[in-house]
This record gives sequence, structure tokens and C-alpha cells, in this order.
Amino acid sequence: MAIFIDNSTKVVVQGLTGQQGSFHSLRNRDYGTAIVAGVTPGKGGQKIEGIPIFDTVSEAAVETGANVAVSYVPARFAPDGILEAADAAVGLVVCITEGIPANDMARVYKHLKRSDSTSLIGPNCPGLISPGKSNVGIIPGEICIPGPVGLVSRSGTLTYQVMHELTTMGIGQSTCVGIGGDPIVGTSFIDCLERFEQDPETKLVALIGEIGGDEEEKAADFINANMETPVVAYIAGFTAPPGKRMGHAGAIVSGSKGTAQAKAEAFEAAGVRVGKNSTEVAELVKDALASIG
Amino acid sequence: MDLFEYQGKELFARWAIPIPEGKLATTPDEAASAATTLGGKVVVKAQVQVGGRGKAGGIKLADGSDETRQAAESILGMDIKGHIVERVLIEKASDIEDEYYASILLDRAAKKYLLMVSSKGGMDIEEVAANEPDALAKIHIDPLLGLQSFQVNQLVFGSGIDAKARSGAAEIIRRMFALFIEADATLVEINPMILTGQGEVLALDSKVSLDDSALFRHPDFEELREVVATDPQERMAKERDLNFIKLDGDIGIIGNGAGLVMATLDVVDQAGGRAANFLDVGGGAGADDLSNALEVVLSDTKLGSVLVNIFGGITRCDLVAEGIVDAVGRLDVRVPIVVRLDGTNAEEGRRILSVASHPQIVPAETMSEAAGKAVEVKV
Repeated sequence: MAIFIDNSTKVVVQGLTGQQGSFHSLRNRDYGTAIVAGVTPGKGGQKIEGIPIFDTVSEAAVETGANVAVSYVPARFAPDGILEAADAAVGLVVCITEGIPANDMARVYKHLKRSDSTSLIGPNCPGLISPGKSNVGIIPGEICIPGPVGLVSRSGTLTYQVMHELTTMGIGQSTCVGIGGDPIVGTSFIDCLERFEQDPETKLVALIGEIGGDEEEKAADFINANMETPVVAYIAGFTAPPGKRMGHAGAIVSGSKGTAQAKAEAFEAAGVRVGKNSTEVAELVKDALASIG
Repeated sequence: MDLFEYQGKELFARWAIPIPEGKLATTPDEAASAATTLGGKVVVKAQVQVGGRGKAGGIKLADGSDETRQAAESILGMDIKGHIVERVLIEKASDIEDEYYASILLDRAAKKYLLMVSSKGGMDIEEVAANEPDALAKIHIDPLLGLQSFQVNQLVFGSGIDAKARSGAAEIIRRMFALFIEADATLVEINPMILTGQGEVLALDSKVSLDDSALFRHPDFEELREVVATDPQERMAKERDLNFIKLDGDIGIIGNGAGLVMATLDVVDQAGGRAANFLDVGGGAGADDLSNALEVVLSDTKLGSVLVNIFGGITRCDLVAEGIVDAVGRLDVRVPIVVRLDGTNAEEGRRILSVASHPQIVPAETMSEAAGKAVEVKV
């Protein structure tokens, strides 16, 4: 078991003929992920390294049985791409694309929630990996090993940093999900926590948050009320000044809201231990796993 | 992108939101001639992107061109909380009978738009919400449905604004919403929105933020952006397409990925240092990006050291190392550069740095070691 993706995952790539799309999808395939189709309107019938290209997602889904779509298409076309994948009844869409206008995402999010048949991870995310099973997106597979830790994060490279420290300590991961750094993303911390709680393979969850919004605070409430699985947390941005957007569109402290301090306090109040840096988080994970036995 | 008041009002005018007649001035002479053209009493308003300009003396009432010139002389060049005033807006003084508040923003928690109207204008809306909740009407707008007429009614009746102001306020709310959607704004705020003695409703101030990600739909907004980027180092970074934020410490920070860079700032702080900046070279950065990033960071003369923290995923550490070697070769490097490389091709990257054996390059094994060294080797 794992969450979202596993050995049964079959991926259709939106934007496979682009530079980013082909580079990462071929790496995903080398990892052992079933990359079954690509979609580029007007290039149907062609092949990229043996992967068939279709003009539309619905055609690709029907022909190949793809159950996950991953999107690398440019920001101005990406909202349409997400809606197309949802229309084709693909169960999960992973949108890597960065820089989608917030108003577009607000509409797409509402539509997906209303139809309720497709989950979206991202946008502006690194994707997700279930080590040893499937890798969808841009996470480097070689820094992961299979194991009991579920990892969920708003960031990309910071996640790699934590994964790397865990792997170096010999601690493997069930699934690592990068939910994305935009103000509106399809999958929240809570969505992932719910799934990790149901996943027998996940013995412990590491949550990596950052400044801005209130998703971490909501996650703390959820953990307090609903989770048996232990959780450790890490927040980036303790030294971020108010009013400055720290790279991610969502990472901004507005007034007294969204500070790292407030988030860390919310977690601690929910009984979640909070690491001050990536090494400390890895140590907390190690200790917690040892106490589970 | 946050706009100045006068830029926000340019957008208000385009979306037919009523504003007082006004003119922008960058010199006292321009201000004086604006006052002559407008006639009567005027208000001279400092154009800065920071609250509290009124208390700081950045807003003055003037009658006639001489008084306006004097007011502009005192306001131009003024330092308001670290913001130097380069422009003043000269506006016809309004006959204010009552002051209200109106705003719209994207509520990320609810994932809907939030429209707010209050009968208490001219003050901090968070205070109004806390102390006089009855004076504030809040409505969520479904992004797929848009603003409905009944919601406009809920706002104007619910906020308790004067009956005389209702139809004018309703019209402003509709136009504000249109502006918010059509211009891809993330915030439109009118504080105060006023009722004049003549029964008109006007936007007396403007606060507008635009979504940078949507600028491709608005090529005409590019000129707004040129005015906004004023810090020379930030401008230099923008020209090189780097994600840079100036901070007030003395350790230059370069990393890949926003989360990792934020975490690096924290670790430097934990090691007893203070970051001079936030610089994210982004995913898949090449040698040129690193070289450019170092050029931007090193242009800060108050720097004591630089910390380069890279975790290679799609970014290749060998290319990062090449970029660093290139930069130290072509730039006058007076401070130590601590470099921590991990992930994709890290070994090759470290080898390139060790072969280059530049006296200012200090290698580090881990992120926390790198932060410690960056503090230690500061000059």
C-alpha cells in the first residue's frame, strides 16, 4: 500500500512532447512507472521513445487505461488541461506547472470539488513518489527508499532535503507528496493526512509546512481530532519578514497571520513535535519510529 | 505586484469607479501647476506603499498653487517608514459627509472571493471586525457564479451605510468586482469610500494588488511594474529573471527552491547570523543562473559572506559549481562563499570546486555546517 499512486498507476502525460515533460516522464519511466501515453493536440499518432501520443486526454485514457494524468503544459494552458483530464474521468491529476493565475485556479478548484470524481495535486508542485512503486513528477527517485514514513510538503527541494536525511539514516518512505506552494492547491495537508491514516504501510507522517495561509493550523486541528498515526512537523520561514512573498505565491506573512511561530505553536498544542531544521526533523522521526517499535 | 494609490486609481477610472479629479506630480512646480488646473482646495498625497502616511505628515491640505508647492516641497523626498516619497498625487479636496470601507480579495482558506463593506471607513478593518462586527458585512463569492445582485444588497444593507449612499456604493461594488476579475487582481481595497455633501459616492483611496502570474493576459500592465520595482538590487535580479528579496542582514543567500531557501534563512538565524537576502535560482538552474545570482548578491557592499545551498533534483550540482567558478573568475569577490552541494551530480560539483581551489570558496558538507561556516568566516 501507499497513497495516491502505486504499482497499478498508469500515467498519461500532458505536455510529453515538451522539454520538461519528456525529461521527467522518461526519468519516471526509468524508475519503473508505467508511462502509458502522452497528449499533445496535433501530434496524435507520433511516439516519444515508444510512448504513444494522442490528441486528447479522453482518447488517451480510453486507449491506454491511464488512471493518472501529469501536466507540464505552460501556465496559460494548464487550467484547461486540468479540466480536460477531469472531463476524461482520470481519477488523479498531478499539475507540476508553476505560475497559474489565482483566479483560474479558483474556478478550476470549485469545478473539481463540485464534480468530486477527480483529485488534483498541485499546481506548482514537484509531484509525488511511492518509493519502489511509482514516481509521478520531478522528485529524484534515487534519494528515496521504501519504508514506513509518509511525507507531505508544500515545498519541493526542502522535501528532497528531508527525504535525503531520512534515507541517509536508513529510514524509508511510504509515499512523499508535494502538494504545491500556490494559494489554491487541489490537495490539502488534511487530504493527505486522511489517506496516510488509512494506509497500513504508513507508521508515521512527517509534515513540512511553510509560512502563509492557515493550512498548517487546520492540519494541527485535524491531527488532534482524527489521527492515531503519529505526526512530526517542520515549518520553514521563521525568519521571513511580513509582507514579502518568499518565492512561492502562497508563502507570505500577512500582518500577524501565517507566521511560522503561530503554526509551530498550533502543532505543539496538538501534540505534534516540531523540528527547527531538517536534521532535527529527521531525528524526531527516528525517535518516534523507535518508540513505536 | 502592489500598485501605488495613483496607479490603482488609473485602473478605477478605467473601470468607471468614481474618484476625485487628480494629477500626479514629481516636482513642486508640477504640483503647483496641477493645483492651478484643478482649482480650489486640493489634497497633496505622498505616493508610498506603506500604511500610516497621514500620521507621518505625508498628506496635506492646500489652497492655491503656492500652498500646494510648499506642501509638495515638504512631502517629496520624505522618508516614510523607509519609503522615500518620489511622487505626490494632487487631488481636488472632497466634501466628506461620511466614510466607509469596501474591499475584495481571494480568501485562500475558503477558496472563494471575499467581499467586505463597512460603514466605518478610514480605519484599520481588522480592528473594525474585532470591535464593531455589526458595522462590517462580509460575503463570499463563488468563483464560478460571480457576484449576484442579492449579494450586493446584503453588503449595502448589512453594513449599515447611510441610505443616501446605497445606490452609489452598490454601483462601486459591482465595478470593483468587475475590475478584480478582469484585471486579475488579488486585492482591491477602497478605504475610505466616501459619501460627499453632494450625495456622490467616491473612492478616496485605492489599494490594488495584481496577480503577477496573470500578467501575460495584460501586456499593458507592464508599465505599472516598471515604476514599482525601485530597489536597484531587486531590479538587477529581475532583469536576470531571479527570484530575489532584499533583507537586512549581511550573509548573502542563494539556494534552489523557495522552501529550501526559506529553511536556509532559518538555519543561518539559528547559527547566529542574519540573511542579507532571499534568492531562489529556481528549478533546473544552470551555470549562467548561478553566476548571475552571485553577481546580484555580491553587489551588496555590506556583505560579510555568501552561502550557496543547493539540493540538486533537476538542478545539476556540476553546473552549479561551474557557475560559481565562472562568477569568482569574472567578479571581484571580497567575501568568502560557503558552498554546500547535495543531490544530483554533487560529487562532480564538489570536484570542480576543489580543482578551481579559489581562496574565497569554502566547501561545506551539510546544510547546518554550511550555515555555521557562513557566520564564522564573515569578513
